[in-house]
Amino acid sequence: MEKTKERKQRSQISMILHRLKKNKLAMFGLVVFLFLVLVAIFADFIADYDSLCVRQNAELRYLTPCAEHIFGCDEYGRDIFARIVHGTRISLFVGVVSVLISLAFGALIGAVAGYYGGKVDNILMRIMDVFLAIPSTLLAISIVAALGQGMANLMIAMCISQVPRSARIVRSSILSVKGQEFIEAAKCYGSSDGWIILRHIIPNAIGPIIVQSTLNVARMILTISGLSFVGLGISPPTPEWGSMLSAGRSVMRYYPHLVLFPGIAIAITVLSLNLFGDGLRDALDPKMKK
Amino acid sequence: MADIILDIKNLYISYRTDDAVVRAVNGLNLTIEAGETVGLVGETGAGKTTTALSVMKLLPEKIGSVDQGSIFLDGENVMEIPEKKMRMLRGSKVAMIFQDPMTSLNPTQPVGNQIGEVVKLHNTDFSKAQVDSRVCEMLEVVGIPAGRRNEYPHQFSGGMKQRVVIAMALACEPNLLLADEPTTALDVTIQAQVLKLMIELKQKMNTAMLLITHDLGIVAKICDKVGIMYAGEIIEFGSIEQIFGGEWHHPYTQGLFGAIPNLRRKDKRLHSIEGMMPDPAALPEGCKFHTRCSCSLEKCKTDIPPCMEQNGHQVFCWKYAE
Amino acid sequence: MIKYILKRLLMMIPVILGISFIIFAIMDLTPGDPAASALGEGSSVEARERWREERGLNDPFFVRYGRFILDALRGEFPDSYSTNEPVNEEVLYRFPTTLKLALLGTALSVVVGVSVGIISAVKQYSIIDSVSMITAMLLTSIPAFWMGLMLILLFSLKLNWLPATGIDNWKSYILPMIAVAINTMASLIRLTRSSMLEVIRADYIRTAKAKGATQKQVIFKHALRNALLPVITQIGINFGIQLGGAIIIEQVFAIPGLGTLMINSVRLKDTPMVMMSITFVAIAAGLVNLVVDLLYTLIDPRTKSTFVKN
Repeated sequence: MEKTKERKQRSQISMILHRLKKNKLAMFGLVVFLFLVLVAIFADFIADYDSLCVRQNAELRYLTPCAEHIFGCDEYGRDIFARIVHGTRISLFVGVVSVLISLAFGALIGAVAGYYGGKVDNILMRIMDVFLAIPSTLLAISIVAALGQGMANLMIAMCISQVPRSARIVRSSILSVKGQEFIEAAKCYGSSDGWIILRHIIPNAIGPIIVQSTLNVARMILTISGLSFVGLGISPPTPEWGSMLSAGRSVMRYYPHLVLFPGIAIAITVLSLNLFGDGLRDALDPKMKK
Repeated sequence: MADIILDIKNLYISYRTDDAVVRAVNGLNLTIEAGETVGLVGETGAGKTTTALSVMKLLPEKIGSVDQGSIFLDGENVMEIPEKKMRMLRGSKVAMIFQDPMTSLNPTQPVGNQIGEVVKLHNTDFSKAQVDSRVCEMLEVVGIPAGRRNEYPHQFSGGMKQRVVIAMALACEPNLLLADEPTTALDVTIQAQVLKLMIELKQKMNTAMLLITHDLGIVAKICDKVGIMYAGEIIEFGSIEQIFGGEWHHPYTQGLFGAIPNLRRKDKRLHSIEGMMPDPAALPEGCKFHTRCSCSLEKCKTDIPPCMEQNGHQVFCWKYAE
Repeated sequence: MIKYILKRLLMMIPVILGISFIIFAIMDLTPGDPAASALGEGSSVEARERWREERGLNDPFFVRYGRFILDALRGEFPDSYSTNEPVNEEVLYRFPTTLKLALLGTALSVVVGVSVGIISAVKQYSIIDSVSMITAMLLTSIPAFWMGLMLILLFSLKLNWLPATGIDNWKSYILPMIAVAINTMASLIRLTRSSMLEVIRADYIRTAKAKGATQKQVIFKHALRNALLPVITQIGINFGIQLGGAIIIEQVFAIPGLGTLMINSVRLKDTPMVMMSITFVAIAAGLVNLVVDLLYTLIDPRTKSTFVKN
């Protein structure tokens, strides 16, 4: 019995992977995203941080793209390509880590609410609803306003504004699984709560959670760059895409390359995550696709 | 001989998906005369609904297609009727009742409007008051107070919804009614009421009916003739007496009847047909049933069985070929 | 129905209290001494103590929150640290601009998003469908503020058609409106399309076809209303996102709205002003959401009958 179940589970996963592989856009998104992850990891090998991203060089100010500096240089003569490469590291790190942390807290709240239901569910979800009533950009701004700028504070802000959302997704995934017969059946066999959560609910609820998290990372990266753009996120010398755009906007009439490339970098990163997340959702739920 | 309302000849229908071609209907022949009720019985996936949809020319676009054969509706070949004219026939000459009354009504429109729509579509000269009076008349006919015409589908029970669907189908007095498992989704007690209503109305309007079902009890009650369908083919066809009585049957039919409890013979266990319906994307050669047939011959595996006929009772089986 | 609306409005009260409490609590985390930033680094310890005492900042947290709420109910709001004027005046003065921007953005995203979504679904697998799906995908992935910059670059600086900054006349709203709209527009295209596709496959659509209705009648009389139900809910949610987006977009176009005020106040550490403007926007988003919810109940007969009858 256990064996057939395992086989069934495995074949389900392989079917999902099969559908995912057939989705060219999703695979494209995945490949681009993995490429960006590699860029983030090996940023130091691609472009030296100190000499290209930080050191100011008056001779190279506003240099337009050329062979040596393919994206040109910014107002301090720093290489834009190098800054974008290192910006990848920051954006991906902040985006992915904040989503993971908010997911951990959200999952805890959502799982407790969804599994125990009743009063616990009601109280927790009402609190989450209040948080959700505040547009997440505003919530993030208020937290940054209180704690001050900086990467750590920005991540805290992003996490707090994401937790209610994660909690909701986890809760609804669990509720949708919980009502199904096989959970009732497991209860009838006398399985414990912990075992049911671990063995039955998590494997079944994980699909939509992964999809949402992928799309959340994309949204997170957009919000981070937005906050940095208005000066509430990661502050200047650090090569962050949003703050690069903010620095370049005053001279964009004359040097559009200052605002062109960082924006494209954000768009490509977010696009790759969106494509992959979408493809994954279609693969998990083929009914939706046709 | 009465007029032939529906004449399906050698019909082949397939569905194309990304991975495979599914052969849903394979060489089906069927005729229905005016006022007659023909039952189409078979397991889920035997191609019954597909056949009905093809008569309406409502196969899912781009996926389902008629590959071969012809469908004559009142003497006209449906395959050659242009879409515009086909629309005029749908609802007026041929109507269809779908399986699930819960989902076959638009949840955001009052039921009266939904019945009125079909009346208006086929009687363009009707005034608003005429349409309304016809709607009220039809509701009363199916046993729903006309005062409820402004209510929404969710305010009706399943049986009531199916009555609305029947009212809608019969509002323009079609010559042919395609009823796709009209009672399957209903409670047993409601089933009887709805069936009774359908028989009454059918007789009153002299409508021919193709009744699709897998319930042999219903067939016995209201059909004149029965076709047994398996894997997209009719494997046995005959009058109700021939199918329910009769000496010789297709092994599949025998299997079907064996699956119904018979109270008079207490000693016998219920029979079931071994195995499963063949995958319609990979149908076997020869007789489609040979993989599950207890009396299959060598011939069955390679050659398509011929039609054996006796007084209009047709059986497609090698067993009786001698 | 009026009873239901009143009930929903009453239900807003705890939400508003919750929002203000959360924002109040977050702003209370601000490290450092507001007196020092308000009076300047050179101010004396006594002066700072007096300043704090005047504003009741030495009281415990809940006392201060309670006082804030009671004062707010009387229409009295704390003074800004930077202007020393009550914060509500400035906030109310700035808010219409932001609201207008968000409403315009919502309108544009709904009109374009829904119509493109419908066309895309009706012509599934056509070139129009693929093009609009790819465009939608791109538009969700482009940062709205960067789109704003690119629009300025093209239409103001290169072509000189539209103003780049300020809000002097209707022309100056065009570019910010587009920038605010793009992200939600894209999500509405996708949502409308998938909702429409789902509805088109529904049994009652087949019923309508079986009645002899034309393609047009099927889509406009049967599919549309059902397909738009989930879209309406999303529009309500989008409005909040739109307001948040407008705050960033105001920075791009140098629009003197609530967003600019908010962000400047953050820089000046003007806590009451930040708190007030954020609370205000959040409540506005909540109210719009409520209106949309009520609209939904009116459009969907299933929910309508459950609420309206009793």
